[in-house]
Amino acid sequence: MLLKDIVRLVEGTPLNPEVDMDIKIRGGCGADLMSDVLASSQPKAVLLTGLTNPQVVRTAQIAEIRAIILVRGKQPQAETLAIATQENMPLITSPFGMFELCGRLHSAGLPSFESHVPSS
Amino acid sequence: MCPPARTPTEQEKHGRHGRPITDQDAHDISRVEELSYDLKIREVMTAEVKTATPEMPLSKVLEILRLNRISGLPVVEHDKLVGVLSLEDIVRALQRNELSAPTSQYMTPDVVTVASYDSIVTAIRTFTEKQLGRLPVVDENHRLVGMITKGDITRGILVALQKDYKEEQVRRYRASHLFEDIISDRTTLVLRYTIKAGDFTQGGKASSYIKRALLRLGADPRITRRCCIAVYEAEMNLIIHTTNGGILKLEVEPHRITMSAADDGPGIADTEMVFQPGYSTATEHVREMGFGAGMGLVNMKRCVDEIKLESSVGKGTKLIMRIFIPDQTVGVSRDG
Repeated sequence: MLLKDIVRLVEGTPLNPEVDMDIKIRGGCGADLMSDVLASSQPKAVLLTGLTNPQVVRTAQIAEIRAIILVRGKQPQAETLAIATQENMPLITSPFGMFELCGRLHSAGLPSFESHVPSS
Repeated sequence: MCPPARTPTEQEKHGRHGRPITDQDAHDISRVEELSYDLKIREVMTAEVKTATPEMPLSKVLEILRLNRISGLPVVEHDKLVGVLSLEDIVRALQRNELSAPTSQYMTPDVVTVASYDSIVTAIRTFTEKQLGRLPVVDENHRLVGMITKGDITRGILVALQKDYKEEQVRRYRASHLFEDIISDRTTLVLRYTIKAGDFTQGGKASSYIKRALLRLGADPRITRRCCIAVYEAEMNLIIHTTNGGILKLEVEPHRITMSAADDGPGIADTEMVFQPGYSTATEHVREMGFGAGMGLVNMKRCVDEIKLESSVGKGTKLIMRIFIPDQTVGVSRDG
């Protein structure tokens, strides 16, 4: 799925439209725990999160997330936006909550990119 | 950059030779789009241009066109662009048998121009909108400084793309040959990063650098990812839990990568307990940032082949992790 189609589905606002938005997204994952993102996400996913600090971008970069959507219309901290732009990571804010957004993207055909991790 | 709103061309829809577009094509197209904003018209235009003057007889202009195999000329008076004369204008003059008439009588005075300081995307748009094949280029003072054709744009983009490609290729090539070019009984590349306690804004920066370094060294992308997740968790631990920060170290060898994080306090009382999923001593502030869920060391353990944690309270902690590389991926494989 193209990122611009995802932006339309989540009725999102790109916060750094100057970065390359013309990219393909293979799946999605939603998490507020950065360790969960690192532990279970697969590369080339979009990340839905309620966190807005710079670590979101760093975590996404390390986990090879392709774009970040902030839920509930949250606005990122200034450093977060600066790092996202510098690292070429699209940052989008959507007015909807996590559950609604996961539902919208999943029913539009975007698969879950959260892999099963044994609990111990 | 935001691409202009327009319908995609046939080539963009179907890729080269009608095959479907691959990820690689999509990447190339977006880089070309980027370049069409980055490159300025003056960088790709032809600067030395033949010109006509308003008084010049059409027969003379025809001669210039014929000798230079071109289909039009800008008309210049006192350095200023005053019109253009194309072959069609000459054909009109021929029909009336007026080849001795001055250029000013047959030229088109309202000239569509582009500015030398504009991006080439402006020229591309003008070509499409006005259905023109060549455009005079003027400077701030409306002085003619060159001509631009679609061919100039294609050539300019190709040269820029080739330069881009070469730079990253050269970097990767040099780095990936490090282990082959330097001969010793045991070659190790050591990268060290000083991590400050509590510096959340910079958190993850060292891990980003490590990621770039490993990919340049030609490491397998999956190994790179495992290594970087482990290093990132370790880097965040130094920021979150230490008194004075610490040193993050990466030792790359052809057969393995060793990652270590060392600090001088406060130390961990029970080094077994910290491997229990969910065990955490993190503050509420750290938890609000999405860390401190008691998954850090659990995650690291999952990503690496070997992990060793040594600590003594009041002295400090040393964490050593290793990933073994099958078939010497680092320095050999270049498919990363």
